[in-house]
Amino acid sequence: MARRYVMDFERPLFELEGKLAELRKLDVSNNPELAAEIENLAAELERLHESTYRNLDPWDRVQISRHPMRPKTEHYLEALFTEVVEVHGDRAFGDDEAIFTGLATLDGRRVAVLGHNKGTDTKSNVARNFGSPHPEGYRKAMRVMRMADKFGLPIVTFLDTAGAYPGIEDEERGQALAIAESLALLSAVRVPVVVVGIGEGGSGGALAIGFGDRMIMLENAYYSVISPEMCSNILYKDPAQARTAASCLKMVGSDLMELGIVDEVVPEPLGGAHQDPAAVFAAVGSVVGRALDELSGIDPEEMVAARYRRLRAIGAYGP
Amino acid sequence: MPLADWFSARENRRYTRLDETPQAPASADVAEGVWVKCDNCKHTLYEGELADNMWVCRHCGRHFELTAPQRVELLTDEGSFVEVDAELTSADPLEFVAAKPYAASLDSAKAKSGLNEAVITGRAEIGGRQVVFGAMDFRFIGASMGSVVGEKITRAFELATAERLPIVLVTASGGARMQEGMLSLMQMAKTSAAAQRHADAGLAYIAVLTDPTYGGVTASFAVLADVMVAEPGARIGFAGPLLVEQTIRQKLPRGFQTAESMLKHGMVDEVVPRGALKDHLETLLGYLQSRTVAGGVR
Repeated sequence: MARRYVMDFERPLFELEGKLAELRKLDVSNNPELAAEIENLAAELERLHESTYRNLDPWDRVQISRHPMRPKTEHYLEALFTEVVEVHGDRAFGDDEAIFTGLATLDGRRVAVLGHNKGTDTKSNVARNFGSPHPEGYRKAMRVMRMADKFGLPIVTFLDTAGAYPGIEDEERGQALAIAESLALLSAVRVPVVVVGIGEGGSGGALAIGFGDRMIMLENAYYSVISPEMCSNILYKDPAQARTAASCLKMVGSDLMELGIVDEVVPEPLGGAHQDPAAVFAAVGSVVGRALDELSGIDPEEMVAARYRRLRAIGAYGP
Repeated sequence: MPLADWFSARENRRYTRLDETPQAPASADVAEGVWVKCDNCKHTLYEGELADNMWVCRHCGRHFELTAPQRVELLTDEGSFVEVDAELTSADPLEFVAAKPYAASLDSAKAKSGLNEAVITGRAEIGGRQVVFGAMDFRFIGASMGSVVGEKITRAFELATAERLPIVLVTASGGARMQEGMLSLMQMAKTSAAAQRHADAGLAYIAVLTDPTYGGVTASFAVLADVMVAEPGARIGFAGPLLVEQTIRQKLPRGFQTAESMLKHGMVDEVVPRGALKDHLETLLGYLQSRTVAGGVR
């Protein structure tokens, strides 16, 4: 895969790689010392490669979650689903391309799919507002939730947004109301809801389609009440503390499993999902398929009751 | 809750009364505790007079921030409020340490407000009608919603649902409480789910949105009411104005995110001055009585 985007923590690795590539261009046939040096560097590079990608902290994972080459909702749709029928529009204002909604089939299972829909290039990113939905996006999602409830289709959602868009018109058209109503509806739909965090899980904008009966997250996805950058500004009064904030906020899958919010973390290839998308699609497909099968026989009313019990148990307080 | 706990919880309350001087509202410059300068019209006001006028500036009508106990005084029948769940306090599940450690923020908020958390909830009567009543208190870490606020709001909805009562909530909040991370964010889903169950039971919910109500509280239970009323001038929104301004790189229109602008855009039902709020609630509660027919339109 073309390497045109380097994340901060990868920089030393890429510098060494570049240096080695330069050296390899030299003729070493008469220079055994240089040949040995090159061998040493190659070994060092391998070690650095391992240590870089095996010791990622949450802030590094946030970088990976935002990587432009990271697979997006549309790629999961393409790789995992057949007979995809997109559903457009909120029937009131417009069609928000920042959220994909539709009907699709996963290995013979008919489901409704909702997903934040980041673009893959500048043009699609502009059309999709970089995956930050407007109120009509959530209202479209609600329309499909009702459809899923009416026809008994399980719901699969893909989370990948920096957050709901904070624009003037969004406020005036009721961004907060759209999210709140989506939360209330999602809590009450009488079908299984399987949530997959594939990239960014930015606050209320992610949560509006982001809780259910199974919570799955990719290893380098995050889910957080606030971005590490904003948290750093507000609580640390220092924009340079994003790395610390990312750790403190407990926003990656392994932390969220400990907090009882996430059920399963899907491992990614070394370096991130973009290094081997096919492997990630296969893993996600099987985890989601298994979750849907496990939830399939449950009585609809019991499904809603269990979802409520699950939400009810989240929180830490005394005495 | 055992009865003994309930009594001790009551005794532990340290409420201020409406006619008493609250600890400096964040929005007012208090000089020597006697004179207050209105931050809107800049008039200097005698504090006692301001208290007599329910903390509304007599010159410009600016509604100063009220504490949760003051909301109880203002909106419920005298002596009718009986608090529940007063004993719940926040843990520090993430052991969050920033410029100020979360544990220290909680301690100073408790000392400053005399409350255990940013919301008080309980049974009350409004115009002789039984309700579940809750009010948020901005002095307590900006009335942000963490586990305890989410739990108390959820329990309030559950109590109202179990006893088939209407619920009245007075909101004020800076949003979700960052120091509890995802546990805070999930309270949005939890409270919304509880509000939905209350609604499904055919029971009334009235929200009173006060200055300021933002973020995770606005984007969850605060706006799921049958009727939403707002105090004049209250700032209500999803994203804070600074974030909106930085995102769009434009100056914000005048009156952006105020109660009046929310009314104009169809997001609240009425803007009601503080002095008329209780009557307004009484009238509404008269109309919004639960019926005995099951089911309904969705």
